[in-house]
Amino acid sequence: MKRWTREQMAARVALDIHEGEYVNLGIGLPTSVANHLPRDREVFLHSENGVLGMGPAPPQGEEDFDLINAGKQPVTLLPGGCYFHHADSFAMMRGGHLDICVLGAFQVSATGDLANWHTGAPDAIPAVGGAMDLAIGAKRILVMMEHQTKSGESKLVPRCTYPLTGVGCVTRVYTDLAVIDITPEGARVVEIVAGLSFEELQRITAVPLLEPLATTVNI
Amino acid sequence: MIDKIVPSVDHAVADIPDGATVMIGGFGTAGIPFALIDALIRRGARDLTIVNNNAGNADTGLAALLKARQVRKIICSFPRQTDSWVFDALYRAGEIELELVPQGNLAERIRAAGAGIGAFYTPTAYGTPLAQGKETRLIDGRHYVLEYPIHADYALIKALKGDRWGNLVYRKTARNFGPIMASAAKCTIAEVSEIVELGALDPECVVTPGIFVKRVVPIRGDASTATANAA
Repeated sequence: MKRWTREQMAARVALDIHEGEYVNLGIGLPTSVANHLPRDREVFLHSENGVLGMGPAPPQGEEDFDLINAGKQPVTLLPGGCYFHHADSFAMMRGGHLDICVLGAFQVSATGDLANWHTGAPDAIPAVGGAMDLAIGAKRILVMMEHQTKSGESKLVPRCTYPLTGVGCVTRVYTDLAVIDITPEGARVVEIVAGLSFEELQRITAVPLLEPLATTVNI
Repeated sequence: MIDKIVPSVDHAVADIPDGATVMIGGFGTAGIPFALIDALIRRGARDLTIVNNNAGNADTGLAALLKARQVRKIICSFPRQTDSWVFDALYRAGEIELELVPQGNLAERIRAAGAGIGAFYTPTAYGTPLAQGKETRLIDGRHYVLEYPIHADYALIKALKGDRWGNLVYRKTARNFGPIMASAAKCTIAEVSEIVELGALDPECVVTPGIFVKRVVPIRGDASTATANAA
């Protein structure tokens, strides 16, 4: 089965981020979305440790460890960017001022519940960071994840079995096989990877899928 | 003459007693007041409750305070990191208590304490294990969880510049929890890279007004640069 690469997934998410939007890219795969935003599109990147207008990583040797992102990696500040304290930073999220958060996930439910912070394993040390704040922290919550686990189980599930991060918060899911909107009617397919039929996608997806509204776009 | 400047970090922390609740600024290693933490280790106060975003990195700073067995409980959002082995070992041995708080709730609980708010409803963590047992409420069609402020006896923070009235400015993302912790503690102690004359800080740009700060202590060199070089 042909699958989109992680780079292709990131490029696809970048298509949905528009000029002038305030965006938080989560740690890991979502961070790579920044590499696919065209230079002539002005997007405000927010990092929850207190930056708006975050720029790319500095050249080697020019790192400043007082200027880091949420993943604690050195970054830069674009002209016009600014710093603020943690309460202001999370007010931007909780207060609905951000347009988009892009997050990774273990599971997403048919109703948009998100599980991405904890496997629930009894010996795991719990750590949540900003995950639960991000889950409710933007007008659109976009999730990037593989369509299936390594053992082939669907990560889109009727009900999350991992501990929840947020309830009914996810608006769109980008997997390596499809782009799927979480709507009041259910999970609606937007796009499918070339060579995969809707029926085949449904067979490996644990929630009922709705057909695309318009013609399926293969990329 | 008001002079909040104290001569050394050891003077600054000399009255922190056993059992105190101490907020420590910093996110990762940016904004961690390393000199004050080292002084707190020398001071030897035990049975402390520590509030920080993390639970220490490697063997320095907060991790060293944990290693010295001075901490009974930690309130934080993200204890588990690749280099949090000191915390991990204490936690697995049942020798430290953990209160895990979503990062934004942690920030707002600290802010609320400083602002005199008795409690607040937040949408964060609704329906998750971290809201279990907490009061909830439906307001205008959205679910919220009741959260209470976190007050502290002391806050140890790091700033770039300070004056003798306690006005502070920070450096880049090292600001993080500094301003809100300063307001939430009975006694806030700031280590600063530079002491400046009264009036030297642009009043339009003061980030933490001196009313929130009790003690300012100059430190030689720049701890963050030292850390960067060590890392």
